[in-house]
Amino acid sequence: MTKSDTSTRLNELRMKHGRPPASPSEPKAERTETLREAQPRFRGLESGHRACQGCGEALAARLVMESAGPDVMVANATGCLEVFTTPWPQSAWRVPWIHSLFENSAAVASGMEAAMKAKGKNTKILSFGGDGATYDIGFQSLSGMLERHHNVLYVTYDNEAYMNTGIQRSSSTPHAATTTTSPAGKERMGKRHLKKDLLSIIAAHHIPYAAAASVAYPQDLQRKVRYAMGVEGPTFLVIHSPCPLGWRHDSALTIEVARRAVQCGLFPLVELERGALTNIMPIREPRPVADYLELQGRFAHLFNKDDYRAQEELDHLQALADHNIDIYGLRGDGVDPVDTTGMSHVKRGGPLMGER
Amino acid sequence: MREALEGSLAIARAVALTKPDVVAAYPITPQTHIVENISKLVADGDMHTEFVSVESEFSAASVVLGAAAAGARAYTASASQGILLMSEVMFNIAGLRVPLVMTIANRAVGGPLSIWNDQSDSMAVRDSGWIQIHCISNQEAVDTTIQAFRIAQETDLPVAVCMDGFVLTHTMEVIDMPSQEEVDAFLPPFEFAGALDTANPRSMGTLVDPNYFAEVRHSHHAAMGKALAKIEEIDAAYAEVTGRASGGLLTVDGPKKAKVGIIAMGSVVGTMMAGREHYGGEVGEARIVKLRSYRPFPAKALRAAVKGLDKVIVIDRAISPGMGGVLGTEVSAVLSTLDKAPKVYNYALGLGGRDIPETMYRDLLTTIEAKDAPRFAVFDADLEKLPPEDR
Repeated sequence: MTKSDTSTRLNELRMKHGRPPASPSEPKAERTETLREAQPRFRGLESGHRACQGCGEALAARLVMESAGPDVMVANATGCLEVFTTPWPQSAWRVPWIHSLFENSAAVASGMEAAMKAKGKNTKILSFGGDGATYDIGFQSLSGMLERHHNVLYVTYDNEAYMNTGIQRSSSTPHAATTTTSPAGKERMGKRHLKKDLLSIIAAHHIPYAAAASVAYPQDLQRKVRYAMGVEGPTFLVIHSPCPLGWRHDSALTIEVARRAVQCGLFPLVELERGALTNIMPIREPRPVADYLELQGRFAHLFNKDDYRAQEELDHLQALADHNIDIYGLRGDGVDPVDTTGMSHVKRGGPLMGER
Repeated sequence: MREALEGSLAIARAVALTKPDVVAAYPITPQTHIVENISKLVADGDMHTEFVSVESEFSAASVVLGAAAAGARAYTASASQGILLMSEVMFNIAGLRVPLVMTIANRAVGGPLSIWNDQSDSMAVRDSGWIQIHCISNQEAVDTTIQAFRIAQETDLPVAVCMDGFVLTHTMEVIDMPSQEEVDAFLPPFEFAGALDTANPRSMGTLVDPNYFAEVRHSHHAAMGKALAKIEEIDAAYAEVTGRASGGLLTVDGPKKAKVGIIAMGSVVGTMMAGREHYGGEVGEARIVKLRSYRPFPAKALRAAVKGLDKVIVIDRAISPGMGGVLGTEVSAVLSTLDKAPKVYNYALGLGGRDIPETMYRDLLTTIEAKDAPRFAVFDADLEKLPPEDR
């Protein structure tokens, strides 16, 4: 973009927001460094991309890149993340990045890793995909990559539907959620099937490390990325990433929605090594699932007092959350600095709580 | 060194001579022996490569895409259903202009199931944007495989080397295998200017809106056009080192005065040459055009090759149901700009591994003598085997 292009664009934006065009004599505001810029962290995914307001995936990807970079290369599956970061000729990525297809990012990453091995380089390969690319269409290539033990960190940004094509159900869509292909109606209460328990399938590959994280707990998320980066071999991270557009919640509530998913037990934050459970984030006070569901339009039909099926489905989802709490032993005992409440507080001036 | 080798073993050794960094493959008949032999070379320490045994052809193509994009020399091989499973990735590899090499051990495509040779598989990916070179013998396949790595990296295009399944892959032939020194002198180390590099991060395979997409396709098409000269030039350079050329874009063989020509790709060319030797006296000697480069299509060279011919028989080893032959249709299109274009008789032969005997030469030439000779037919189909309503 040339300088005059930039000023034309700026003027357009000013007009849009009801401000007169800048006069040529208008003094330039003194440019001061923002707090963000002053912080010495690696920004592998730059701002200025085209994600929606409150996009959980964009936030999650930025957090992952901060902890993983800069000596990394990314293989990205087709999806929102690919589309909103790379409208040619622009790109928000500051690391080598490739997108090939929807269902092959794990296989492309396998090839990149084999190339690094052949060339004696230590550059870590990251493979990114949404839940559609991971739970569904790219599942086979992911399984192959894990089985062959490639030194790749695979991250799936789980927003629980095909958001890039306009909110269609995936095998990761929760039970009873409405999407454009699992709408609620006279005969249906949203998605009829359960959310696929991907982490258990990943665990069955007995890879060195697999974990679930949430954008609501960035310190925990980044600790998990750092740990995975230190592992030689395949590692897997699923990050719960709310999508305001698809989940139909206020875009200012992304973090709150994500936090409640963890606090009610529907999205347990667990860690597995060689397939065995090694760590969990305890829930200090489990919240009812309704607290999580009520913030989202995709579950609005579950709050229809005139529909007897609504309560049944609410009970069903509560039972699923209770089951998670039970099998993973998520119920905390008392005050714990690394439980769902403790980890919500930003800590300064001391060692990072929860560091392994 | 001259040695009797099975086609697949010869290809495995030729690939080893090019020292690929990464090989990924999934077994499928009749490509299997190639990957088995490469695996053995790796296991014995005679080939130093990252061999990735993938869970599908789809991943095989994706792995070599990732490897080459990351700056590695990469190779894969497949056939038939495997090529079709790869096809989405093949378009992607070519569209991203990633240089790598694949052997296609040509086989029919199901259903019904056939494991035997024809060229339906490579024809199905005709428009994927890959360079496609066909070989008539195992010697040509060996030489072309080595050349393909140089063509790929000098054009930033992927190259498919097509060799007929079983007819070549499983056949013993005396091969003059080039030495490592010769290959090293001919083939420089792998270089890909567009490769991913942490020192110079770039984004590859981005979202391209309608403002740029047509330009991407135009430049790809233009690169294919430029590759025509490269294929000839690299064949000549190879001949300088080894003393053997494989025939550039196409080769013309037979009497200048001939009025009938045969245009074909792959091992059937050899069959036609043998047929001419035996039956030439009886039905006349045809000019045989061995088409080596199918993509890019050497239109100019082909127009020159048919000069003086009245009739041309185009042999297709595949069919486009509802249209006819694929190569035949393209040859007709290319020759249509000539003032005195020869009549084109397009016959599909040897589909699904039907044997093509030398007598086929005689039968083809006899058939087109008739005034009402069909312009297209599945030539060797025995209609007696079909119920009347299907004939």
